[in-house]
Amino acid sequence: MGIRERLSGNEAAATAMRQINPDVVAAYPITPSTEIPQYFSTFVANGSVDSDFVAVESEHSAMSACIGAEAAGARAMTATSANGLSLMWEMIYIASSLRLPIVLSLVNRAVSGPLNIHNDHSDAMGVRDAGWIMLFSENNQEAYDNTLMAHRIAEHKDVRLPLMVCQDGFITSHSIENIELVEDDKVKEFVGEYHPEHYLLNKEEPIAVGPLDVQSYLFEHKAQQAEAMENAKKVILEVAEDFEKMTGRKYGFFEEYKLDDAEVAIVCMNSTAGTTKFVVDNLREQGIKAGLLKLRVFRPFPVNEIAKALSHLKAMAILDKASSLNAAGGALYEDVTSAMYVNNYHVPAVNYVYGIGGRDTKADEIEGVYKDLLEIAKTGNIDNPYRYFGLRREAK
Amino acid sequence: MAYNLKEVVANKPSRFTSGHRMCAGCGAPPAARMIMRALKPEDHAVVAGATGCMEVSTFIYPYTAWTDSFIHTAFECAGATISGVEAAYHSMKKQGKLPQDGETKFIAFGGDGGTYDIGLQSLSGAMERRHDITYVCYDNGAYMNTGIQRSSATPKFADTTTSPAGKVIPGKAQPRKDLAKIMVGHHIPYVAQTVGYMNFKDLYEKAEKAIYTEGPAFLNVLAPCPRGWGYPTDMLMQINKLAVETCYWPLYEVVNGKYKITYKPAKKLPVEEFLKPQKRFRHMFKPGNEWMIEEFQKLVDERWQELLDLEEITNRD
Repeated sequence: MGIRERLSGNEAAATAMRQINPDVVAAYPITPSTEIPQYFSTFVANGSVDSDFVAVESEHSAMSACIGAEAAGARAMTATSANGLSLMWEMIYIASSLRLPIVLSLVNRAVSGPLNIHNDHSDAMGVRDAGWIMLFSENNQEAYDNTLMAHRIAEHKDVRLPLMVCQDGFITSHSIENIELVEDDKVKEFVGEYHPEHYLLNKEEPIAVGPLDVQSYLFEHKAQQAEAMENAKKVILEVAEDFEKMTGRKYGFFEEYKLDDAEVAIVCMNSTAGTTKFVVDNLREQGIKAGLLKLRVFRPFPVNEIAKALSHLKAMAILDKASSLNAAGGALYEDVTSAMYVNNYHVPAVNYVYGIGGRDTKADEIEGVYKDLLEIAKTGNIDNPYRYFGLRREAK
Repeated sequence: MAYNLKEVVANKPSRFTSGHRMCAGCGAPPAARMIMRALKPEDHAVVAGATGCMEVSTFIYPYTAWTDSFIHTAFECAGATISGVEAAYHSMKKQGKLPQDGETKFIAFGGDGGTYDIGLQSLSGAMERRHDITYVCYDNGAYMNTGIQRSSATPKFADTTTSPAGKVIPGKAQPRKDLAKIMVGHHIPYVAQTVGYMNFKDLYEKAEKAIYTEGPAFLNVLAPCPRGWGYPTDMLMQINKLAVETCYWPLYEVVNGKYKITYKPAKKLPVEEFLKPQKRFRHMFKPGNEWMIEEFQKLVDERWQELLDLEEITNRD
C-alpha cells in the first residue's frame, strides 16, 4: 500500500526524481517548471540524494550537460518548459541520435511569441519528431507514475532513447491534489540500477561518441533510431504491467473512458481529459453515448491500437492544445486521422484547437464539442474540420 | 625534471593518432598531440570536441584518432558537454560506482569560433561552476571549417571571406577579442596562452599545469591555418615563432590571478615579419597602405605593454 500525500504536479515530479536518485541533474529555471530544479537542489543540499546538481547557464547547456553525463555512464535528468525546450532543440535531436536515455520533465507551456507563460502544448509539439519517447499525464499522479516508469522504458536495451514526461503547466504543475506515492525502497527496486554497455568513463574500453556521420552511414543510423521507437511500444506495455503489479495502477498507450459503447468521442491529452471525463459523465446521465480516448503515449504513436479503439464511433473530435499554423490541422489530429486512414477506418473527424496560451478550458465548451459531434453523427456533414473553441472571435 | 622533447616523445606514446584528416601545415594537430602527451600515461581522459575542423577531421564514423574517450555534441557547447561528463565522474566516483584507483581527466577542444563566439556562454558557465576541466581553444583566428569567415578572434585587417579586403573596406575592421583576459575575469586557478614553439616546451608545460591544476583551466593555443592565413605548409613552425617573437602572440600564464610572461623576446621583431608571409595580410603591403601596418604594430605594442603592466601589478608585494 502506497503513501497518501498531497502534492502539486511539480512536487510529484521532483519527488519521483528524489526516489530515482539520478547521478546528475542539470537544469535551468523557467516558469512553470522552475520548482522542479528548486526542489531537487534542496534534496541535494540536504543530502537526501547522491546526485550532482549542475546549475547550468542555459537550457542549451542543460541538455548538453545531460548528454555529457549520460554518455559518461550516469543517469541524467532535467526539467524545462516552452522556450527552454526551444533553446534545447538542437541538443534534443542529438540526445536521441546518441541513443542516450535521458529523462526530461516537460511542464507544458506556450512557446513564444508573444511571450506567454501559461499552458498549451506548443513546446511538446515542436519536438514531436525529435526521436524522444513522449508520455502525457492527466494529473500529478500520472506525472509521478510516468516518471517512475521512465528509466525502465528509456534504458531498455531494445530502446535506448530519451524520454519526456509531459504535464500541463500551472493546471497540474501548480495544483495540489491527492496522490499515492510508492515507498522509496520499492521505487529503488522497481527502477533498478543503470549499467550501460558502453560509456565514456569506462577506462578499460574508451569510446568515441558523436562522430561526423556522412552519407554512407547516417541513413542507417536514423533507421535504427526509428526501429528503437517501434521497439519502445512493447517495452512501454511491459513496464506498465510491472508497475500495475506494484501499485495496482493500470497504464497503457491510452485510457479509454466509456469508449466501448460510445457513439461520439473526444481524443485529447493531459489535464483536459479530466474536464472531459466530467462532461462525459454528465452526458451519459442524459443518455448520450459520449466517450473519451486520453492519449498517454504520444511518441511512439500507437497507430493501429488507437485506430482500432476509435473505429466504432459515429463521429469524433481531436483536441489540439497547440495550433500547427499549417492550414491543415493540429498535430494530434493529423496523427489520429492518418492512423484511421491507413487502417481503413472511416469515422467523421473534426479538429478543435483550444486552450492556447492558457485560455481556460471549460466544461460547457467540451460539452459543445460533443453536441457538434452528435450533429455530425446524425447528418454526416462537416463544413469545416478545422475549428476552435474558447476563441473570442468567430472563427471562419 | 627538465623538459626534453625527445624523452617526452619516446616515453609517452601519442594519444592523438596519425590517420586523421587535418591539413598539412595546420597548427592544431601538433598542439593537440602535445597537450594529450602532457597526461600521465596511467590516467584516462575524456575529451570533448566542439564542432569544427578538428572534430570533423579526427572522428569520422567509424574511425577516431583519439585513443582516450571522446565526445562531440555540437558547435557551441563543448564547455557544457564536458561539464556534464565531469559532473557524472564526480557523482559516480563519490557513490563508489567507478573504480577508486586512477584518475580521469577532462579536456575540451574548441576552435576560436566555437570558443570566442558561439561557445562563449557555455565556456563561461563551465568555468564559473568550477568544474575540474581543461578547456583548450585552438585559435586559428577565423571559421576555417566553413571556409575562412571572420570570428571575434580574427585580427584587424585580416582578409577573410566575410571580411574581405575590398576597395573600400580593407579587411576586418575591428581588433580581436582578448579571450584569455575574459577567462582571467572568471578568477579560475589557471589561464595560459601558448603555441608550439621552442621544442613545444611552453605548450607542454602549460598543458601539464592546466590538466593537473584542480579546478577549471583554460589554454589559448595559437593554431595557424595554411588555408586561411595563406602560408606554405612547411612554414608552420616559422609562423609560430614569428607570432611569438613579434609579440603578436605573447606567451604567458595567469596562476590564481598572477600574470607571468613565460617568454620575453630579447629583441622584439617588427610585426610585419609575422604579417608578410601571410596572404590574408597581403593588401597591407601595397603602396599607400603603410598606415595599416603602423596601426597593427600599435595594437600589438599596446597589448604587449598592457601585459607587462599586468605582470608587474599582479606580482607586487
